[in-house]
Amino acid sequence: MKTLTTLLAGAALAAGLVLPAAAQDDPLKVGFVYVGPVGDGGWTYEHNQGRLAVEAHFSDTVETVYQESVPEGADAERVLTQMALSGADLIFTTSFGYMDPTINVAQRFPDVKFEHATGYKTADNVATYSARFYEGRTVQGHIAGKMTESNIIGYIGSYPIPEVIRGINAAFIAARKANPDVEFRVVWANTWFDPAKEADAATALIEQGADVILQHTDSTAPLAAAEKAGGVIGFGQASDMAEYKPSPRVSSIIDNWSPYYIDRVQAVMDGTWESHQVWQGIREGMVQIGEITDAVPEDVANEARALMDAIASGDYHPFTGPINRQDGSVWLAEGETADDGTLLGMDFYVEGLTGTIPN
Amino acid sequence: MIALEKRPTPSRAWTVLTPLVAVLATMVAGGLMFAALGKDPFEAIRTIFYDPLFNAQFASYSRPQLLVKAGPLILIAIGLSLGFRAGVWNIGAEGQYIMGALCGAGVGLALYPSDSVLLFPAMVIAGAFGGWAWAMIPAILKTRFNTNEILVSLLLVYVAEQFLASAALGVMRNPEGGGFPGSRNFQQWPAAANPELIAGTGMHWGVVAAFVAVIAAYVLLAKHMLGFQIRLAGTAPRAARFAGVNPARLVVICLGLSGALAGAAGLFEVTGPAGQVSIDFGSGYGFTAIIVAFLGRLHPVGILLAGLLMALTYIGGELAQFMLGIPAAAIQAFQGMLLFFLLAVDVLSNYRIRFGRRRIA
Repeated sequence: MKTLTTLLAGAALAAGLVLPAAAQDDPLKVGFVYVGPVGDGGWTYEHNQGRLAVEAHFSDTVETVYQESVPEGADAERVLTQMALSGADLIFTTSFGYMDPTINVAQRFPDVKFEHATGYKTADNVATYSARFYEGRTVQGHIAGKMTESNIIGYIGSYPIPEVIRGINAAFIAARKANPDVEFRVVWANTWFDPAKEADAATALIEQGADVILQHTDSTAPLAAAEKAGGVIGFGQASDMAEYKPSPRVSSIIDNWSPYYIDRVQAVMDGTWESHQVWQGIREGMVQIGEITDAVPEDVANEARALMDAIASGDYHPFTGPINRQDGSVWLAEGETADDGTLLGMDFYVEGLTGTIPN
Repeated sequence: MIALEKRPTPSRAWTVLTPLVAVLATMVAGGLMFAALGKDPFEAIRTIFYDPLFNAQFASYSRPQLLVKAGPLILIAIGLSLGFRAGVWNIGAEGQYIMGALCGAGVGLALYPSDSVLLFPAMVIAGAFGGWAWAMIPAILKTRFNTNEILVSLLLVYVAEQFLASAALGVMRNPEGGGFPGSRNFQQWPAAANPELIAGTGMHWGVVAAFVAVIAAYVLLAKHMLGFQIRLAGTAPRAARFAGVNPARLVVICLGLSGALAGAAGLFEVTGPAGQVSIDFGSGYGFTAIIVAFLGRLHPVGILLAGLLMALTYIGGELAQFMLGIPAAAIQAFQGMLLFFLLAVDVLSNYRIRFGRRRIA
């Protein structure tokens, strides 16, 4: 971390020497609102990496500010308003629950641009962006299906919203393809970041016989629980979580926000910023698969890489029929692929998953 | 040699002074912590305590926000303080706050899309009822079976959180919300909304209720028989019994009152600043109110000031985070220091510090 800071400082200094004129203008102020602490090692950590990349790329023509651990709800609206009042020109709100607060505050500050991650509401000055995490879930599900010996895979869900349900479905479809006997057990933690709750959920799943744990929560606590239990594997979520290599962390889904953030900051500088809805995946590099470790047999690792390439090239869509809904009704016919609209609003399990989505 | 000597009666001067000393000590210790983090301590303290009130850029927005944040804290803390004074320990205000919000919102949503002027008052009553009913569980268990109200009320918070999650995902889910959890937004439904009463002041019905509660509690404690009984039961339980105070009745009244106020606070919040029933609606007001009650010396006026101070550290803390890049954890530690110093300095109101050897009579 210290070397990174030194490097960034060095880069800033160098750029400042080369471009003395740039320092004359007021720097563009870019704000980031995080749902967890920047040290969560997962979701928020990666967004903060994106922020640091923006700082490094633009050096002193951009100033960034951030606020961590902002609860979703009334508090978020206040934080956003204060950030806008402090002169921010562009604000990234990086959790689903900031959707309504972002829209509300954006109405009051038409000159400030907002970028909301994983939501679906836009306005003239509110764009949305998200990654096709489900593509990574497919690769993960394949490895999980091949690796499990108990045939029970545990899944820690956060909130039962479409994004999370989509991930469970994608992982399950891939795991079943790899191993027809596989079963999923889903626990809903109702939080994005709560290491104690996440560890409890992982332990409960392991006690039910799960020897692979997938998670849609942001901390490394489930991996720590898997390590403690022994003989259980898991995956890095949102970030590489490399400190748990080579096992229990056998691979990971990495959210790579840096190119997008740099792009959008540049657009504001150039005056070309426009509202849009962006959903990028493995192909664009917004979703990356972290190193598959030696704990995974070579042939399984190769299959996983091939799957990744097929998704990137568009040869394979993670939701390709025949797929039925949980109640047995037909969702996708043979060879049919899911459209983005259905995926974005996904509120049902696919056939074979047990349990119900809380409602 | 320093010795502590118990005062015959708590020092009046120190009772008033300790909160101020605690705030000063927090500023010093917090300043040292900020300095250790490489931030300018004076700038940090100024950002937390001064900028939300007087900074030209922020004050017009953050001053009203102070009331929005302090309103529920004060309303809940007033209710709790009555119980605490009588030795009835309701630790579960967070649960009563949630259940109040659920009950009140439930009544409202059941009548959607009514535009009756009676709708909002009915929701407020339902909210207070929800909190009252939730508090009656520990009250009845205590009076009937002599269970510990601290444990029962605390554990019921977690039960309430489960009800909240279930309601946000199930019965109260917005049918037009595209499958996402969370109820309809009350802010967009005028008959059920708790809006800002005068634009730019932050005043909503919950803040009004908090001020009314402060005055009512003051009158109750100073002038009313029940207030006398509460004070007596807390300071001298045996004397209270001889004076004809029925302890079971007092437990039911204290828990009921604090539950009803917490429930009403929940309803004002869900229809106002929060806007909707969502999974993480409970934002810890019920727990923070316990700190506010003690910071305010369990005195209504003290609680009013303590609630505003607490709100200031929240809003100023947020400013300090993104203006100066101070980590959220450091702000929480700073708030923790406040309570720690308050309890530590409290020793001074009950004990005298004596330097030198104690003389043995």
